[in-house]
Amino acid sequence: MHAVMMPQKTGKNYQAQNRPSQGSSSYQTNLSACEVKQKPSDSKENNPMQDDEHADDQDGDVLQIAMEYFEKDPIRSLRSKDKILEKHLITVENVAWKNGLAPETIDILLNVALSGRFGNAVNTRILKCLIPATLISEDSVVKAVSWLCVGKCSGSTKVLFYRWLIAMFDFIDHKEQINLLYGFFFASLQDDVLCPYVCHLLYLLTKKENVKPFRVRKLLDLQAKMGMQPHLQALLSVYKFFVPTLISVSLPVRKKIYFKNSENLWKTALLAVRQRNQGLCPEPRKLMLGPANIRPLKRKWNSHSIIPVLNSSSHTTECGKKEMNLSEYLSSSGSLPLEQLQRFPQLLENIHCLELPSQMGSVLNNSLLLHYINCIRDESVLLRLYHWLSQTLQEECVWYKVNNYENGKEFASFLDTIIRAESFLHEGFYSCEAFLYKSLPLWDGFCCRSQVLQLVSWIPFNNFSEMKPLLFDHLAHLFFTSTIYFKCSIIESLKELLQNWLLWLSKDIHVKPVTDSPLDTSLCESMNSVFKLVHYVGWLSTIGMRLESNSTFLMHFILDFFETACDIYLIYNLPLVVLFPRAIFYSALFTLDASILNQLCYIMHRYHKNLTAAKKNELIQKAKSKLSFSSKTYKEFNCCLTTMVGCLWTSKPFKKGIRFSPETLEKLGVEEHKRSLNLVYHSSLLGYAVSFLLQETPEEKTINLSSIQVLYVQQ
Amino acid sequence: MRSALGGGLGLRLELHFSAMQKTMDPYDAPESTPRQHPSCSLKEYFLAATPLQRRLESVRKQATSFVPTPPRRRIPQRSQLQEDVDPQKVAFLLHKQWTLYSLTPLYKFSYTNLKEYSRLLSAFITAEKQKGLAVEVGEDCNIKVVFSTLLGMKGTQSDPEAVLVQILSKPQLPSEDREAKALWTGWFCCVFGDGLLETVSEDFTCLPLFLANGAESNTAIIGTWFQKTFDCYFSPLAINAFNLSWMAAMWTACKMDRYVAATEFLWSVPCSPQSLDISYAIHPEDAKALWDSVHRTPGEVTQEEVDLFMDCLSSHFYRHFRIHLSATRLVRVSTSVASAHTDGKIKIICHKYLIGVLAYLTELAIFQIE
Repeated sequence: MHAVMMPQKTGKNYQAQNRPSQGSSSYQTNLSACEVKQKPSDSKENNPMQDDEHADDQDGDVLQIAMEYFEKDPIRSLRSKDKILEKHLITVENVAWKNGLAPETIDILLNVALSGRFGNAVNTRILKCLIPATLISEDSVVKAVSWLCVGKCSGSTKVLFYRWLIAMFDFIDHKEQINLLYGFFFASLQDDVLCPYVCHLLYLLTKKENVKPFRVRKLLDLQAKMGMQPHLQALLSVYKFFVPTLISVSLPVRKKIYFKNSENLWKTALLAVRQRNQGLCPEPRKLMLGPANIRPLKRKWNSHSIIPVLNSSSHTTECGKKEMNLSEYLSSSGSLPLEQLQRFPQLLENIHCLELPSQMGSVLNNSLLLHYINCIRDESVLLRLYHWLSQTLQEECVWYKVNNYENGKEFASFLDTIIRAESFLHEGFYSCEAFLYKSLPLWDGFCCRSQVLQLVSWIPFNNFSEMKPLLFDHLAHLFFTSTIYFKCSIIESLKELLQNWLLWLSKDIHVKPVTDSPLDTSLCESMNSVFKLVHYVGWLSTIGMRLESNSTFLMHFILDFFETACDIYLIYNLPLVVLFPRAIFYSALFTLDASILNQLCYIMHRYHKNLTAAKKNELIQKAKSKLSFSSKTYKEFNCCLTTMVGCLWTSKPFKKGIRFSPETLEKLGVEEHKRSLNLVYHSSLLGYAVSFLLQETPEEKTINLSSIQVLYVQQ
Repeated sequence: MRSALGGGLGLRLELHFSAMQKTMDPYDAPESTPRQHPSCSLKEYFLAATPLQRRLESVRKQATSFVPTPPRRRIPQRSQLQEDVDPQKVAFLLHKQWTLYSLTPLYKFSYTNLKEYSRLLSAFITAEKQKGLAVEVGEDCNIKVVFSTLLGMKGTQSDPEAVLVQILSKPQLPSEDREAKALWTGWFCCVFGDGLLETVSEDFTCLPLFLANGAESNTAIIGTWFQKTFDCYFSPLAINAFNLSWMAAMWTACKMDRYVAATEFLWSVPCSPQSLDISYAIHPEDAKALWDSVHRTPGEVTQEEVDLFMDCLSSHFYRHFRIHLSATRLVRVSTSVASAHTDGKIKIICHKYLIGVLAYLTELAIFQIE
């Protein structure tokens, strides 16, 4: 029988089964994925917004045209102004405020704004919308500064440019070149209007080597001329901080505000950029910027995102050493700050001197650090992550404490991040397990469904009996009361859970020496847990099939599960074979769908292989192995097999397994009941038999199915 | 018991229509009761018992007991305070309304660095308040942050010392000698937190209960700093009706020399368009008499006694006003010992039972972070 049924199935399945390492291969450990994406070569590519890609494409095209317009010959564009210019400006503004602009676009626009081709009003508008998608290239800034020397732009444009530069300072990719222009900026201090802004810029830019005696003298001169200006004092205090010996004047200690806030114009945009740079979906931005934003604690506290930003923890560790002064600390270079960690080789080189993040939760967004925490087994790191994750899940969960379903999307994306990290590590977090225990009893089975079910499939291996009342009983309630699609999803996630457990156990069994006797008992216990899980799914499936009146769709998912379950011994090398429940066997055997029958035959075939292999091994190492398969399993399997062969092949059904008395069969009114379940007459294969006959003898008007058997015998 | 009621409790009924429409009921939190569990014997497949595994064990245990087998708690005893406690500081903590938070263990917190923390936190606060401007550490602000310990504010010797954080406004002129005004106060404590202590390693300091008084914006800034510095997590600690009933019973059970306030309950009826509040005040001695009549086990309070106590109160109320209080929600309890609101606000009045009240709050906080 196997020979007949197998060929269609084996090829595909062997491939699939030989790689049992999780279906969701897109998340798999992949070194190329480790490089932190940072260089925004193309703003569109880097844009995390995925929802309305189509709209973005359109925006992109229009922006392209607008940029060509701005890049064109200056004189012509000056003439054909107004309407066209206005249209293009609006395009640029829209894109800028929505998604930000790519570095190249900013480069072009800066050029336009400072070259004086258009009037002041246009320049102002352009400068106001120069919002980066992620970063600004240093070159653009240097070029822009060179325009300032030409003297083509008005004083107000210059002021606005400086304000822009100050506001965007953090988004400029490098600052070395800009720092080389220090002298130029310093000279601009002469300009009374520009002076406050230039001071602020210098305040941000100054390094120790920029502090020179002649500059100090100049500043003191300026101060003598203009009086005690807060911006000058600020700059002086920075100088004094770097080189205290150069500046003898005393600066007032209590000074509240040095600079007027240059950021105001771009405040909301800056928030958005920061958020984009953190690699978050910009969806919650709307929520965050909205005026009425009633949120529990977290919103008010940690304004930006659920997951903390990556920061080195240096100050926690350093502040213990009292003598350490701030400037020494700034120049210290013992360890690698996390902010600089971008590539996998870097991680390997610096793994001994890596500073851990100040908030462990930030590792979730960083695949390199996930590698790191995966290989160090520092208990306190795991505890920190555990506490943070448990509390965050509990606080953010939209159904656990407060029914704030409007934040469902954000919560779902948080769960997605966690699941991504779990798949990346091939390991579940304990926090998620604890979270499921607490929240699953209150779950409606609808909110964040796919995420919750994925979390279920990543529950770390555990004693099944302990987990049953906490989790699986609740899952069963949901299973019985939900739609068929939900039933299918549950079975599927349980299949993934089984795969994850088996993988974990098969890895574990090779690590541990098998000789120890207490370990053997623990293996026994583990196998018992897996047995119970399979048994539980069998139970769910049996009732589920009854509730859904033998739905073929559900049956596919159930058989998928048992395709994994039947191969535990051979593929995962674990001493366990659990059969599926009889009810599943029979409804698959008497199905109306040929693919189900096919899948069933494949599973029976694999069970056969597994059991044979187990038997063989048992004979060989009888002394060694303490795990013997009960003869009941073999009997059970044999019974199923004979029933199957009896039905499909030898046309002698109901000899074993199900038995019907002749009277019952007579009552049913089935003529020739013996034949009616074999390969030719089987309800799921009848169609094939007919089409086979039609192919053989297309002209025949009446079809005689029994002729197939004759044909077969003849051949 | 009947006779106590028959004698007529000094009962007062007030109905308030609260102006604010309450649309949801966020405090029907799933936690039924916090319970501490001794760390249990580990599963065999856990070869090494690390703190994390112990932690998970306790979570599993906790989750199994959704319906509590009758827990017992000790009635707060008078003067459980340690001797070295500073009476001035204790007085400072009383009669103030505190907002409660639970806090996960602090990583690398050190009692020897409190001065340094003061400096860093004040710089952080100044920086937060003038966002976008550079600030030098330790200078240039007219506020001052003071970290100090509240010695003796603990249940057992193994509990870590409580920590007090204050933001003081500096007097404008240096010559002024008057005392700095406290703008914001918060303190961290752990009273009988043994269950939690067992599950963390020595890098952590467990101060699971945080109480704050002052502008919430300040709480947010300081909370953020703590979260960033010690990798901990603050969550608001709400007290559900179940736990409020426990508080009512335990505080009524306390022996008082003198009652300073009536025992008062506030029940909320979730009805639209406006919710209805029922205030139910009893003379404290009547409440005590009722308690004594339901109380069986000396020195302890059991779940049955709590239920019985509350049932008696509601049935008495029903006889008079034909309103089933069981269909409403308890939102506030105030007694001469302390008063607590479901929003997670507490005011401790009686000095003697301070530790007792804190022990229960610590228990709730630990339950929340587990």
